[in-house]
Amino acid sequence: MDLTQTQHGKPGWMREAIAIWGYAQRNYFLTKRYFLWEVVWLVYSTMNALTIGFIGVNFGGGEGKSAAWATTFLLIGTLLWSYLSMIFDLLSETVSWERWEGTIEYTFMSPASRTSQLLGMGIYAVLYGIVRMIIMLGAISLFFDMDLGNANYLAALGILAICSVSLVGFGMVAAVMPLLSPEKGQQVTSIFTAVLLLISGIYYSIDVLPGWMQPLANISPVYYALNGIRAALLDGATFGSQWGNIWPLLLMGLIFPPLGLWMFRKGEWYAKKTGRLKRSG
Amino acid sequence: MTDEIIRHATNALELTNVEKRFKKKRNDYSYALKGVSITVKRGEVVGILGPNGSGKSTLVRVISTLTLPDSGDVRVFDIDAVANPREVQRHINRVSVEASFFKKLSSLENLLFGAKLYGVSDRESRPRIKSILESIGFDYKRVGEPMEHLSRGMQQKIALARALLTSPMLMLLDEPTTGLDPRSKKDVQKLIRGIRKDHDSSILLCTHDMGEAEELCDRIGILLNGEMIAMDTADGLRRRYGTQSLEDVFMAATGTSLDEAEFAGEMETAATAAD
Repeated sequence: MDLTQTQHGKPGWMREAIAIWGYAQRNYFLTKRYFLWEVVWLVYSTMNALTIGFIGVNFGGGEGKSAAWATTFLLIGTLLWSYLSMIFDLLSETVSWERWEGTIEYTFMSPASRTSQLLGMGIYAVLYGIVRMIIMLGAISLFFDMDLGNANYLAALGILAICSVSLVGFGMVAAVMPLLSPEKGQQVTSIFTAVLLLISGIYYSIDVLPGWMQPLANISPVYYALNGIRAALLDGATFGSQWGNIWPLLLMGLIFPPLGLWMFRKGEWYAKKTGRLKRSG
Repeated sequence: MTDEIIRHATNALELTNVEKRFKKKRNDYSYALKGVSITVKRGEVVGILGPNGSGKSTLVRVISTLTLPDSGDVRVFDIDAVANPREVQRHINRVSVEASFFKKLSSLENLLFGAKLYGVSDRESRPRIKSILESIGFDYKRVGEPMEHLSRGMQQKIALARALLTSPMLMLLDEPTTGLDPRSKKDVQKLIRGIRKDHDSSILLCTHDMGEAEELCDRIGILLNGEMIAMDTADGLRRRYGTQSLEDVFMAATGTSLDEAEFAGEMETAATAAD
């Protein structure tokens, strides 16, 4: 079989679809090979979530809210942060991971587009994040009496889906950093994550932040996702009634992925111009 | 349209006056390539001989579209590699001194991934992988073992297999035998001869092994400090410099032995890294 013919006989979209599948499948293979590490991180994250849940039990809700409400409020934040930060980390590590493995040159000289690369990484991150979140939720529900009597799960899932798109885009923006600086780029993406954690109201309402800091939450997709999902799970709010949280997420979902791709391409051009597109060591 | 251009191209590779410099410090640049011009005809194997730090790897990176040249023209099968990198990428592949694999993944997993980047599905690549691996003497029962369990020589053979899997029309081999034991080196060299014979590829082979260059290449270029100072057949070079061996050709052309040039190149690389 002449694979040149096989390769060239296909329309471009099909070659790209195969490449997207390739990236997602490769990440699945890597998860399998690093399975024990994945278990370690899952146990760590679950323990972390349990600790935060017990803080809710200990301090209660205050202002007429029950301890179950406070625990649920905190656990929604913890689970969602675990899911969204995982998507963000996987995307933002696109370059540094390949650099560390020594495969970066091989990947970047292949004809698969950057869009396919980032999409493949994003699709896998979303699927893997969902599986991980379900396992964590199962473990956590054994320990706590959660206030989910009114929960509207469909609305929560809808908001989570929209937020995932904007987070994938946000991760693409961060992924450019290791292209610009092989040594310090990945550290910069950690600062992105830390700022998102601080300003998005994951463990607290943003009302407790200093006044000058509160508007920063408006640029975080995690803030809107948390507001919407908490309203859906704690108060049973419908998807339609969440427009105030949905439209910023939709807007970010429209802006961040193309912006991320554009920045990634610019970063790639810069790395190729300055000779930074090579393995570490 | 592109396929038509490629079909009618007489040269696999054509570099004209390619320049590349890298910034070391503020207002301090080092030249990696100085006005390099090379032509590789269809089906030809051209060797680039030079010590470490001579610019061989930058040259391969420029052709692979991984580094953008500052000036000059890079054409692969008559397609401008700077303006149309993805068209060029579909027709080339590369094997470098480091095998560049996901070390925890098996050879099969790495090869399946590599093929998909070129738009080749599992269904198409699996039988091909089996046949290529068997042809290079790889025990197919080990196909599920992590790459890190394989010897360097075997990893390098898998790297060649990965390149062959996409049937490249131009192969870029950047010191593919460096650091291998003599037996593995011979095996890899045999494979390279096979690529030319069975796959009808054009090959650019960068090496600092003179014997390898003479044995495998139709023409040999000498690259020193980013400049191509000679390019001819091994016999042509010997005649031109009136010497008996390629070692003597190198000495006559550069005023230094390859070992001394290697040492100087390594010192320069270390100094740049320290900066």
